[in-house]
Amino acid sequence: MMPYIPYNIPFVAVALLMGVSLFIILFKRNLIKIIMGIAIMGAAVNLFVVALGYRAGGVAPIYTSTPEGAMVLPVPQALILTSIVIAVSVIALMLTMVIHTYRHTGDIDAKKSRLLKG
Amino acid sequence: MSVLTYGYAVWSPIVWLVVLVVLGLIVLYVRSRGQKRYKKGTAQTDVFISGVQVPPAEQRHVPAHNIYWGFFEALQGFYDTMMRPHTGIINDYILWLVAIVTLTVVVLVMTG
Amino acid sequence: MEFLTVHSPALVVAVPLLAAFITPLISRIGNKFRDTVNVTFLSFAAFLMAVLAVDIYTSGTRIYTFGATVPELAIPEHYMVPVRIIFQVDGISIFMGLTTTVVALAALVYSLQFVKDETGQDRFYSLFMILYVGMVGLEFTGDMFNMFVFLEILSIAGAGLASYRVNLADAVEGGFKYIVISAISALLVLFAIGILYGEYNLLSIAALAHNMQFTTLDMIALALLGIAFVMKLAGVPLHMWAPDTYAVAPAGITPMIYTSSAASMYALYRITFTLYGGHFDTTAIGWIVIILGVLSMFIGVMMAIHQTDIKRLMAYHAISQSGYMLLGVGVGLAVLTDPVALAAYGRDAMNGGIFHIINNALYKGMLFLTAEAIFFRIGTRDLNRMGGLGHNMKWTTIFFIIGALAISGIPPFNGFASKLLIYESVFRFNPLLSVIAMFVSLVTLASFTKVFYSAFTGPEMSAYKEVREVPKSMLIGMGVMAAAIIFFSIFPGLVVNTIVAPATNALIDQASYINGVMGAVP
Repeated sequence: MMPYIPYNIPFVAVALLMGVSLFIILFKRNLIKIIMGIAIMGAAVNLFVVALGYRAGGVAPIYTSTPEGAMVLPVPQALILTSIVIAVSVIALMLTMVIHTYRHTGDIDAKKSRLLKG
Repeated sequence: MSVLTYGYAVWSPIVWLVVLVVLGLIVLYVRSRGQKRYKKGTAQTDVFISGVQVPPAEQRHVPAHNIYWGFFEALQGFYDTMMRPHTGIINDYILWLVAIVTLTVVVLVMTG
Repeated sequence: MEFLTVHSPALVVAVPLLAAFITPLISRIGNKFRDTVNVTFLSFAAFLMAVLAVDIYTSGTRIYTFGATVPELAIPEHYMVPVRIIFQVDGISIFMGLTTTVVALAALVYSLQFVKDETGQDRFYSLFMILYVGMVGLEFTGDMFNMFVFLEILSIAGAGLASYRVNLADAVEGGFKYIVISAISALLVLFAIGILYGEYNLLSIAALAHNMQFTTLDMIALALLGIAFVMKLAGVPLHMWAPDTYAVAPAGITPMIYTSSAASMYALYRITFTLYGGHFDTTAIGWIVIILGVLSMFIGVMMAIHQTDIKRLMAYHAISQSGYMLLGVGVGLAVLTDPVALAAYGRDAMNGGIFHIINNALYKGMLFLTAEAIFFRIGTRDLNRMGGLGHNMKWTTIFFIIGALAISGIPPFNGFASKLLIYESVFRFNPLLSVIAMFVSLVTLASFTKVFYSAFTGPEMSAYKEVREVPKSMLIGMGVMAAAIIFFSIFPGLVVNTIVAPATNALIDQASYINGVMGAVP
């Protein structure tokens, strides 16, 4: 008898993380907080894709000497590994840009540090 | 090669080029009939504004923000409305994205 | 030669990538050597692109499966679906590839002199090559996740290059805005890919299109994908990042980022036509694209004429011209399921929209280059402080006039040819849209008259007496584009029949795209 795992919990978590990240990105003017929001959004999407590949009671998808039973889908995990690496580089790039913005304008508020508008 | 044909008409740049060349020749002819006996570097080639003192080069040139002044004056209300969403704040850009995505989802789910 | 043809889809991505990674190493030998190597590698990539183009126009779609025993073998034995990453190059892909390559070559040659005195040149060229790879990969790939990866590659490289001149405060801000909107739209794309993968367990575009059920979830995925790409291509009202980024990016990079927007537009078309075409009524999504296009045209041009910063003005024009492409292809999309209307005007509208992509990449790119040539010599982008530059920068003035006439749709330039196709075919679809398009063209001419008057004409200013013409490599970069514009102007029929019509067919003919991969599967 397999233990009952509520399937929807990861997707509820995805929705929550998505909501939190959107709130941060839309309403927080601090550039560092916007980057945090993007990181959380990335985490939400990654969790969504990984959770799609989950099979209840599945084992790790390592083909040599697997035990009996269902396997977790390997493809989403491979995809998300790529996505995580990309997210790291994007966030690093954004942080360097915020440092330069701070050096130039002395502020990291999206409204106060802006020079381009209209 | 150069003729673009489609359903109901044709477009051939060669015809236009021929017309332009002919027009150019006419312009050159008219120009060649002009007065040639003026003396360069004398008062004959200076700028003349009804005897008023000619201002220096910087002041003779109309700067860009004065061009089409009447157009912008007439459309003041339109441009005030247009400037309001163009805030230059990154949060607002994303707000537009979220709004349009939501709208599109609603439209597509309703019609599809 | 046979080897080159078979492997060209992979090599055209691999060669510039190699150049990108050896650039930091070889710049230790010398800057001149590095520049030569970079130009050589990009020329070789252009040669491969030409080989591939000839192959595709003579023998149809080419498939390259990575890791397969034979590149054409899309589906491995004992499998029902493609599992490997596939590059699928058809008419529209190679059309975009050619556009990208021409712009990249001109921009690279232009940049040689432009960044000569800057620091960090090796990183500039590395990122330049990576940006090129990202665009070509996005245009060639036949795999949804691969599309996401190349989208991120071009976003990161583009943002890094946009803020290349970190000593300017606004450059950093423009780059930051670009990377934020790119990161968020790429995450939306990944989310949509997740939805599609969860539903069909597939990633290949052809296989997904083959199995598409058009459920509610599919519609949500379509909205996410479509609007994410509209954000990347800067369609109104998601355009506000574009003037900020285009205005501050160094010369040579602005045309590249603009072309990467065109690559995003290609992705939008690929999604709407190929992935969701077929048995689905595309009228709704077609109208969404048309409305976005009309808004982009109108608001883009009205904002443009108001600007006094020369590059911001041109950036708003870039938005406005994207509207024409969205309008033309959107009309085709709206009548996709109606064969009579498609034959009567839909195909011509799409021809016009697609022809406009390459025309616009050329003359818009050249106008950006002339704007930056002015910035290079007088150090300001403010039109209020310019005047009389035509006295000393004769070639730049000539190139500007060519570009301005072409973008305003003045016959006999190529802009007129593509706009004429759009006007007449859209008029049959809905006359009002066509009237708006003509009005926009008029305002475009007015605003370029403003730029021409305030920057180039007028008496010679005492401050700019010492201004000289820009260096040779920059003139060559602009000259390449001007030559292409003139060629396209004189031979529009040739261009439309050889490269534009196959692109339109590739978009409309969804079945052959699917068969290219799924042919073996009943």
